[in-house]
Amino acid sequence: MIMRNFFLKIIFLNFLIFINLTGSLFSNTIQPGPLSYEEIQKALILSKPGDIIKLGEGVFEFEDGLSLDINNVTISGEGINKTILSFKNQKSGAEGLMITSNGVILKDFAVEDTIGDAIVVKGANGISFIRVRTEWTGGPKESNGAYGFYPVQSTDVLIDGCIAIGASDAGIYVGQSERIKVLNSIARYNVAGIEIENSFFAEVIGNISEHNTGGILVFDLPDLPQQGGHHILVENNIVRNNDTENFAPEGNIVGNTPNGTGIMVMANQFVEIKNNEIKNNATAGILIASYQDEAEDKNYNPIASNVFIHGNSLINNGFNVDKVRASPISEVINGKVPDIIWDGVVPLTEWIGIRSSKRIILGDNYSNSDTPVFANLKLMTKFLISYLHKVDTNYENYRGELKSIQPVVFKKD
Amino acid sequence: MKIFFKILIIFFLSIGSLRAETFPLLSEYNFFQDIKGQIPNEGVVPYHIANPLFSDYTYKFRFVSMPDNSVASYNHEEVFDFPIGTTIIKTFAYPVDDRNLKKGFELLETRLLIHKEEGWVPVSYIWNDNQTDAEIRFIGKTIETSWIDKNGITQSVRYRVPNINQCKSCHQLNKVIKPIGPKGRNMNLDFLYKEGQKNQLEYWESNQILTNLPKRKISKPAIWDNESFSVSERARAYLDSNCAHCHRKGGSAGNSGFYLSLEQNNGVALGIRKRPVAAGRGSGGMAYVIDPGNPEDSILLYRMASTDPGVMMPELSRSLNHKEALPLIYDWIKEME
Repeated sequence: MIMRNFFLKIIFLNFLIFINLTGSLFSNTIQPGPLSYEEIQKALILSKPGDIIKLGEGVFEFEDGLSLDINNVTISGEGINKTILSFKNQKSGAEGLMITSNGVILKDFAVEDTIGDAIVVKGANGISFIRVRTEWTGGPKESNGAYGFYPVQSTDVLIDGCIAIGASDAGIYVGQSERIKVLNSIARYNVAGIEIENSFFAEVIGNISEHNTGGILVFDLPDLPQQGGHHILVENNIVRNNDTENFAPEGNIVGNTPNGTGIMVMANQFVEIKNNEIKNNATAGILIASYQDEAEDKNYNPIASNVFIHGNSLINNGFNVDKVRASPISEVINGKVPDIIWDGVVPLTEWIGIRSSKRIILGDNYSNSDTPVFANLKLMTKFLISYLHKVDTNYENYRGELKSIQPVVFKKD
Repeated sequence: MKIFFKILIIFFLSIGSLRAETFPLLSEYNFFQDIKGQIPNEGVVPYHIANPLFSDYTYKFRFVSMPDNSVASYNHEEVFDFPIGTTIIKTFAYPVDDRNLKKGFELLETRLLIHKEEGWVPVSYIWNDNQTDAEIRFIGKTIETSWIDKNGITQSVRYRVPNINQCKSCHQLNKVIKPIGPKGRNMNLDFLYKEGQKNQLEYWESNQILTNLPKRKISKPAIWDNESFSVSERARAYLDSNCAHCHRKGGSAGNSGFYLSLEQNNGVALGIRKRPVAAGRGSGGMAYVIDPGNPEDSILLYRMASTDPGVMMPELSRSLNHKEALPLIYDWIKEME
């Protein structure tokens, strides 16, 4: 009898859960309304692998963050401008949407005006963002959240056909991750449009990055669990008109990005910058720099190597260098700055010539400029024997060839 | 039609296995002889820990229930190894009047961590208005309430019961859910049992629910608000219990490289002259997590002193400032060289 009661109880409990679930199971789509936060969060918690959570057209207004921790769930809206999750009145949760499970697919919706980051993905094996938008609708402001798309410590990251607007750090950011594709996306009015940081094997292809402070950043930073970023391909992107003044809250690394930077590489190995259209960036078209701050981290390599730059179209860059954030450039170059700038910082052994390694390799690049296209600022020499210092603008000294970076292959492919 | 029912039944059963052994009502577990008074039944052992997580000034009543004749194994720096079938029980409550606890408590929620074959399962129960029982809830809840604080001032709070994912965010280590509190180094304290005051470790050992205690003398934990310990000991104890469940390798904030466990002794990992990485406006315009000697320029203190959800730390578990703890962290950074 006791068993029977217990069984009935379980049935009853399941029935209650079942009734709660029917909303998402049978009517399929969750519509905006006063109860939609509970409906969505409930669906996110009670979903099973393989489920599709459908969100209807309209504006969903939330006061608290949402989170998903079930593998292989798809959240699908009706369109990048039709299904809008608005966090304008957010009161709790440090981000809009947090994903901590594997193989999640997010598609066809927008996340707006979150109090912190828009979409955070932590430690996921497999995450796809397809036609998703993150935006702070009040334009670029220091009070905007740091990141639009923020997958970190993840693998097999796909960002395709997405739009990121107004982030006070990076619109599309991938950090400490492995196997990454950022494709066909648009980043506007962020401090960094697209940023790949401390990551291995990434391709950034076919995107438009415009009106940011910096268009595309490939960074490596010290004192993090994963560092030594390598094998990053930046190909066929349009990086233009990056003319938004840096509005990152002070203290953040990205706050050092000079106004009007096209593509910037800091401390990575094997970076290929190929066939991009880089246009109207006031400080420089392509900037290769070492990590400037002192780092106690013994495992950290602050200097980039094997950066292969070829096939790019460089038009009207370097016309108004940011004298504050890019003072090393403005101190040694007067007037028009070459499209491609390398700070020329190398280890001491390399500077005195007892060792050598490939740093910057230039193939053919197109420029409309009648002044030099490339400059090695030779900052080591400037620092060590300043009276011998001279900027090297001889392109041919750096000409060479490097094996192309292989396409990224996801584990599941 | 028959097929439809079959599918229905399969569906019931699949959900059933998913949520097995979690009851709709807290009372069904039979943990308490007086549930409202939080008086446990025989075999359900109350305990407290050295430095509880600050949760908007709530009081917490902790208990552990283990299967008969089973024992946990001692671990000093990590949580005890509890047997399958253990439930860790924690009730969050506001005193009606913090100056006179005899006036009773408003019970908000009771959280369980149930140790099943497949691992620890978190579940939360929300107390009803009559305070006669608490009902299961997976998706969290906002409770607007108030209490009279130690100074006789009525404090209002938007208390958030976490949803299951939020439970995990603090309780997971290397993607596995675990308890946080009952580590050896948090438990070497006296507790007033109904049999009288006793050391918790001795009590657990003599009741044969804890084994493998070290032969050597177990050190006493520093208590963050006990001034007989040094500022540094107190600050580290506070940061360990309030931050290190996420800010450690394998924790939810493992990606930050900013680690606050008591065992951590690398200066940069502890935040000393460490640059913010992904803090956004959480940096407050400052260059370092901890700028030694300059608490006003340290992001750590800035985020602890904020109640803006986009800035504040911890991200979960509080909406108010812990006013008593901020001066301690201030002093700790101030005295650094």
